[in-house]
Amino acid sequence: MKNCEYQQIDPRALSVLPSSAQNHTEKKAQRPRRKWEVFPGKNRFFCDGRIILARQNGVLPLTLSLIIVTCGLFFAFDCPFLVKHLTVFIPVIGGVLFVFVVLSLLRTSFTDPGILPRATPDEAADVEKQIDTSGSSTYRPPPRTKEILINQQVVKLKYCFTCKTFRPPRTSHCSLCDNCVERFDHHCPWVGNCVGKRNYRFFYSFIISLSFLTSFIFGCVITHITLRTQAGKTIVQAIQESPARYPFLELVVCFFSIWSILGLSGFHTYLVASNLTTNEDIKGSWSSKRGAEDSGNPYTYNSIITNCCATLCGPMPPSLIDRRGFLPHDEAIPAVSASEIELPPFTAKNDAHMCTPSTKDVLERMVHSLDSQGLCSPGTPKTTPLNGEVSSAAALSRDASSSAGCSQQLDHQAVAAHCPLFSRSSKRDSLHSINPAFRLAAPSPSLSRTTLIQGDAPDTGFIPLP
Amino acid sequence: MQGLVPAATDGNMATEFHNLQELRHSASLANKVFIQRDYSEGTTCRFQTKFPSELESRIERTLFEDTVKTLNNYYAEAEKIGGQSYLEGCLACATAYLIFLCMETRYEKVLKKIAKYIQEQNEKIYAPRGLLITDPIERGMRVIEISIYEDRGSSGSSSGSSSVSGSTAR
Repeated sequence: MKNCEYQQIDPRALSVLPSSAQNHTEKKAQRPRRKWEVFPGKNRFFCDGRIILARQNGVLPLTLSLIIVTCGLFFAFDCPFLVKHLTVFIPVIGGVLFVFVVLSLLRTSFTDPGILPRATPDEAADVEKQIDTSGSSTYRPPPRTKEILINQQVVKLKYCFTCKTFRPPRTSHCSLCDNCVERFDHHCPWVGNCVGKRNYRFFYSFIISLSFLTSFIFGCVITHITLRTQAGKTIVQAIQESPARYPFLELVVCFFSIWSILGLSGFHTYLVASNLTTNEDIKGSWSSKRGAEDSGNPYTYNSIITNCCATLCGPMPPSLIDRRGFLPHDEAIPAVSASEIELPPFTAKNDAHMCTPSTKDVLERMVHSLDSQGLCSPGTPKTTPLNGEVSSAAALSRDASSSAGCSQQLDHQAVAAHCPLFSRSSKRDSLHSINPAFRLAAPSPSLSRTTLIQGDAPDTGFIPLP
Repeated sequence: MQGLVPAATDGNMATEFHNLQELRHSASLANKVFIQRDYSEGTTCRFQTKFPSELESRIERTLFEDTVKTLNNYYAEAEKIGGQSYLEGCLACATAYLIFLCMETRYEKVLKKIAKYIQEQNEKIYAPRGLLITDPIERGMRVIEISIYEDRGSSGSSSGSSSVSGSTAR
């Protein structure tokens, strides 16, 4: 059986790996790589994966500098006066609030908001298979939504084309970070990160403490200026007086931020009390005005206190993306000989036993992988005889998986320079192959897709919908 | 199928672990079954207990359901909102969340228990039947991945045919 051939290759290939790796890559194979280095989303990592940020960190530096400058001015100019005239607790309270605000902000920015890792190729294939088998035989694109019942209410789960999985409820794909985030609230540019399940409580404590801080500073500055005017001068004179000029700046900053921050805090307090996310509130997912009788929020505990406690004091879920874990040995080595040997035993058998649509899939991928075979994987053993549909499907799936594996590695390494066209086309190819809407819509997919890929036409039809 | 991996002697963890490694190297991966999440009770972590047809010939239904139910119970315990989680949350808030740097959360403790449980289940029940459960945390808590292995050695033809019949029965 052809399967035995693959297994016989395995141990020899595994022993061959170190030398071939050294031949094909310079230093990367020796150093074990961490998973954050090959993370597919648009995130930036610091401190060897301990700190995660969105790629566009928006105005986080501005937020930080506004807070630090305003507080600095407060401590420098208002505190001495107020300590002398009022009480020494003023800088103490200010200091505590300031520390809390900065820590919450940094925690919100640098924490993984609840990113869902993308589906492995096996999972994606399994989901595809289930969609195909449950679809009808009529000629229409199968639905990319799944309806489930949550607490006796119908909720639609959408399929994410980028992450290749049905999104869990309350999960949304952030286009700025290119990740699916659980309990997605919104992407906050001030904080430079998405706000989701894992960092919502930090975000909430940040805005609440910031409201207190701005109100406190505002109050102190007003008190300061009032006290100065009481000493006999007019307001204008008090402001013009050298140390008091700066409090005016603080006053302006605080005045404008108070309105927005207090409003935001109030809004989020409402959301927390009703166990909603900003995303759901804006879309009106559970709004009773929609007309349906029982379209209430299925996640609420119907008690304000329980909702608050569950959202803010609930258990802290772990990060699912395992940034600092090491890549498994076979993935760390670029695709040349390793992944094509490791992947095929499963894909070969899976495709061999699968029903017709995925065989068609394999045949489609054949065209491209045969084109690219010479480009990217010189070490591919082509010993399998291409006789019989099963063995050919298996061999082709091996090629296809090698091409998929190759492109996956190529995306993230300098080796991409060797075959950029191939990696682009095979990535598009993988998007095509898992898009049944496209497959069913095109009667002769292999031909049309071949011309499409080789012509390098823009694939506007296959841009993954967030 | 029972002779796929020699049954480990009781209490000999090293042998049992070695058997699992042997399973991975000596057997060939035939198929993977994915147990999806069950969202009927909300967003808490639960997995469906429906018995997949691919496993019909490999393992008893009750054993499988027991495993999934125990895992569900573990996750429910981790995500339970009650006195201890409130205390943890309030303490964390009071220390400006710095306490997470030195303390392990309850969720992480339960995850460690789950990992140990899965390892134990694999060694005692699943590996002797040519199956392997992957911890859901490695798959982003989306699925429980069960890998079905075929014995490459002596009983190749019999297990091969059984896996073929199992898959065509889908």
